[in-house]
Amino acid sequence: MSFDSSAPADAGPRERPRLRKFAYRGDPLAEPPPPELSEIISRHRGERDGLITVLEEIQRRFGYLGERQLRYVARDLGFPLARIYGVVTFYNWFLLTPPGLHQVKVCRGTACHVNGSALILDRLIAELAIGVDETTPDGRLTLQTVACVGACSLAAVVVVGSDTYGRMSPEEALRTLAALPGGDGDSG
Amino acid sequence: MTTITVDGRVVGFAPGATVMEAALAGGIDIPRLCHHPELRPSGGCRLCLVEVEGMPKPVPACGLACRDGMVVATVGDRLWAMRREIIDLFVSEHPLACSTCEADGACDLQRYAAAVGVTESTHPTEVHRSLYQDDNPFFVRDHQYCILCGKCVRVCDEVVGVNAIDFAGRGFESHVATPFDGDLIESACVFCGSCVQVCPTAALRPVTRLRRGREAEFARVRTICGYCGVGCGIEYALAEGQIVYAAGYPGAPVNGEFLCAKGRSGWDFVSSPDRLTRPLVRRDLAYRAGLTTDPWEMPDTSPLGSRKADTEAFLPVSWEVALGLVADRLAAVVTEHGPDAVAGLASARCTNEENYLFQKLMRAGIGTNNVDHCARLCHASTVAGLGAAFGSGAMTNPIREIREADCLLITGSNTAESHPVIGYEVVRAVKRGASLVIIDPRRIPLVDHATLWLQPRPGMDVFVFLAMMHVILRGGWEDPAFIAERTEGFEALAAAVREHPPEVAALASGVPAALIEEAARVYALGARAAGGDERPRGRGRSSILYAMGITQRSNGTDLVRALADLAMLCGHLGKPATGVNPLRGQSNVQGACDVGALPNVLPGYQPVADAEKRAAVAAAWGVSHLPESPGLTVVEMMRAATAGRVRAMYVMGENPMISDPNLTHVEEALRSLDLLVVQDIFPSETALLAHVILPAASSLEKDGTFTNTERRVQLLAPVVPAPGQARPDWEIVGRLAEAVAARLGREGGPRWRFGSTADIMAELGQVTPQYRGIGHERLEGESLVWPCPAPGHPGTPILHTTAFTRGRGLFHPVRAALPAEQPDDEYPLILTTGRILVHYHSGTMTRRSESLAWREPRGFAEVNAADAATAGVLDGKPMIIRSRRGEVRTQARVTDRVPPGVVFLSFHWKEGAANLLTSDESLDPVAKIPELKVSAVRIERPARP
Repeated sequence: MSFDSSAPADAGPRERPRLRKFAYRGDPLAEPPPPELSEIISRHRGERDGLITVLEEIQRRFGYLGERQLRYVARDLGFPLARIYGVVTFYNWFLLTPPGLHQVKVCRGTACHVNGSALILDRLIAELAIGVDETTPDGRLTLQTVACVGACSLAAVVVVGSDTYGRMSPEEALRTLAALPGGDGDSG
Repeated sequence: MTTITVDGRVVGFAPGATVMEAALAGGIDIPRLCHHPELRPSGGCRLCLVEVEGMPKPVPACGLACRDGMVVATVGDRLWAMRREIIDLFVSEHPLACSTCEADGACDLQRYAAAVGVTESTHPTEVHRSLYQDDNPFFVRDHQYCILCGKCVRVCDEVVGVNAIDFAGRGFESHVATPFDGDLIESACVFCGSCVQVCPTAALRPVTRLRRGREAEFARVRTICGYCGVGCGIEYALAEGQIVYAAGYPGAPVNGEFLCAKGRSGWDFVSSPDRLTRPLVRRDLAYRAGLTTDPWEMPDTSPLGSRKADTEAFLPVSWEVALGLVADRLAAVVTEHGPDAVAGLASARCTNEENYLFQKLMRAGIGTNNVDHCARLCHASTVAGLGAAFGSGAMTNPIREIREADCLLITGSNTAESHPVIGYEVVRAVKRGASLVIIDPRRIPLVDHATLWLQPRPGMDVFVFLAMMHVILRGGWEDPAFIAERTEGFEALAAAVREHPPEVAALASGVPAALIEEAARVYALGARAAGGDERPRGRGRSSILYAMGITQRSNGTDLVRALADLAMLCGHLGKPATGVNPLRGQSNVQGACDVGALPNVLPGYQPVADAEKRAAVAAAWGVSHLPESPGLTVVEMMRAATAGRVRAMYVMGENPMISDPNLTHVEEALRSLDLLVVQDIFPSETALLAHVILPAASSLEKDGTFTNTERRVQLLAPVVPAPGQARPDWEIVGRLAEAVAARLGREGGPRWRFGSTADIMAELGQVTPQYRGIGHERLEGESLVWPCPAPGHPGTPILHTTAFTRGRGLFHPVRAALPAEQPDDEYPLILTTGRILVHYHSGTMTRRSESLAWREPRGFAEVNAADAATAGVLDGKPMIIRSRRGEVRTQARVTDRVPPGVVFLSFHWKEGAANLLTSDESLDPVAKIPELKVSAVRIERPARP
């Protein structure tokens, strides 16, 4: 995301911009889309309300939504690219960059909050040294939040991939993540 | 009448109106931040909450439909408390730094904060959006001031139709963004600045406005845009006599308050250091005239080859010397070779008054009908074709009605780039459910909005039009009552189109027969797009828009008549939101034609061959007679100059060295003249070949009138002073005419001296029937659409309502003719030329505009991937285009905007000038317009990269 919430507000008069010279960069979509993408797009041609379905299918297939893929969707299905970007950035589930090996979602619903999910999140941020929606440099973990997963009886909940872990504490959460495959402790 | 009561006042409302609309129309102001009269209600800001009797809670007035008898309160303690809280929340995310803010005094949030007495937020203030985007020279987006009203997002969608921006993110991270938060130039943005126009705060500001002071300190002048023929009203903000920025203003008759990139940002050419500020005499002539002792020879290097416009070859002189020299030489040519050895090019970018005076000089001062202008190269075939069919060769219906149409047929017009503000009307029509049928070989930007896109091979569209008429008659979709009561010649047409079934047209044009049939049905019945809101009635309203893709053809007049036939067949004429609408390309090309800057007609399209009309005009001008044989057209003038029959030319505000076909011939012709006088605002490529250059004032520096493409006559106002000794064209023409008359011993003849443009208009009205009722006094803050035959006449926005100008509309069975030049083995591709969005005509103004030149600094050609591969041409790399006339080198852009077999080249550039390639041979037999849209070419990858 390209805006910075920590920057101070500057209300003073602004200088005129120093501009980059315009350079023609060619048509980014001169090549046809790859067959797997093309197959998904062609199944939804003409569906004026099919955007989210298409995006879901692409993310399920490729793991995330790449800029080029979204440009093909815009061109071939007739959705404005700015609108697609709006949808993708609105829904937490959509990813614009490849996720880590494991997607870790800390539930921030009411029941989980009451049961200390903020402490879990703070601890993970500190220990993993990444922010929310970021991936560890080794590509192993992506940290995310989710508003409620509907498993309130198990609060506080952390979801890893498609597995749900209940009654989590900060320590328990860290242990769970350490035990995941692909890490230092992984012998298999 | 249906009414509602607002704050105790009874106001009427139109069907479907909202409470907001009814209240505003009734003069009652309701607080609002996200409402805009031209946009759909979004109900986002909640400031327009009103109390409605019988409703438990306040409701937003912007989205509330009026019901008869509704009782509404817009003020009250509860409402003001709510509004105060809303403003309080807004300013918790918006720095109230009004004392340093450039929108101070022009900010809606500031106004309402003052109204509810909010000086600071009662909530913790945190500005979450602090991004400052200044990635382009048109405008900046300063997110800290953004209140997320969404008006910029909606105007980009609903009016401009490009959707360059939308909301991105969620919660505190919500912001208005381009795709991937990238630079605007990487988005679909067309830099029209409509977002800046509707922004209620300082979030969007023109770049030229930065650090220029407070809104309240600016002077403001309104005038008419000097670029294309749409005729938008523009308001200029000025500080210390200099333009700070340009904006639209609500209520401008054509454009409402929206503009395109050229109108909003392309005004800085006026202060270019290249402006002509003194009369100039070429050094060889100056030597011969004894003005200098240094001999000098004109080099034979072409002005197309020179890097910059260099006036080294010229000697600055006084106006007296320059005009005296020109008058001497002109009089000598008239005396030695006769008046027809003189030819004049008037200008579609000068005012009606100036063009009127110019043609009067040629006809009554010199004595020749050799006067023409670049309308010859754009809509001569319209004037001829629609003139023959209807009796009047102009747009039949108003621009503002386009949005009301049920079906729009656009052919040979890249509306969104060449007439962007008319493009906005098309987008609005489509958003309201109209169907859009586009017949064009190129994938023009509006194809994104099209219901049907027919892509004929260049030059083969005539088969499509004939087949559409065939299908309409076969299907019984014609309008028999209209045909019987309003037209003649139907039987001949019906017989002719019987020969053109869609299957045949499909073979010739490459458009599938089923698509032709569907287009015919949709146009004939005015069928709305599927999913659009249906209207319960019979035949819908269909309107045809066309431009140079139809007219710049060797059979242009026939093509225009085919479109006229199509409209008459279905009765789509003389009613609102219908018609045949030629979109004219220059600010006053309609007016220049109207006032007689054409070789075959006097002002008001009165034929020079008509003895009675000629005598009447001669009497009004105070001359014994006027020349009776039609004069030379633009291309014929150049041929006559080469042949030595034309010896002197007077060119006012035209640049044939870029805009005319076959530039090699044009240069040869201009060089062979004994006298070439060019009157311009810049040392154009044509001016650099002149003997004398006269510096003129631009349209931003003078008054007078322009007539736009819908025949609307509008008054200009001077915004800035003309630089140096530059003078308005009407003053120059008048003084020159006086001097010529003196040398020919014709003093005491026609009037040449006028105190003002209003004086000229008064005389113009006497000899131009359509303008008889139009005087400057009626145009102050108003506009009139001709014909306006009498002083009290309200004007005629829609032509041919009860009868055609010529009585009955005349069908004309058009013959299917092929383009004059066909591709062959040596030249296998078809070149088509045209405009691009940010440049205009020969580029003299737009290429000197910092922002427009930044967006597109160099020329380029579009070529399909298949043809590029065959020729070994690479995307973004140089390419050579060769025709039988010449060759140009330009950048290749490989794109699917053009189909295989077609190359598109814009004609704005002297480097890679498109008209080195076009032909001046194949002229339309009636209109004498050259076939600029079809030339056979081949492309090559240059040996030297």
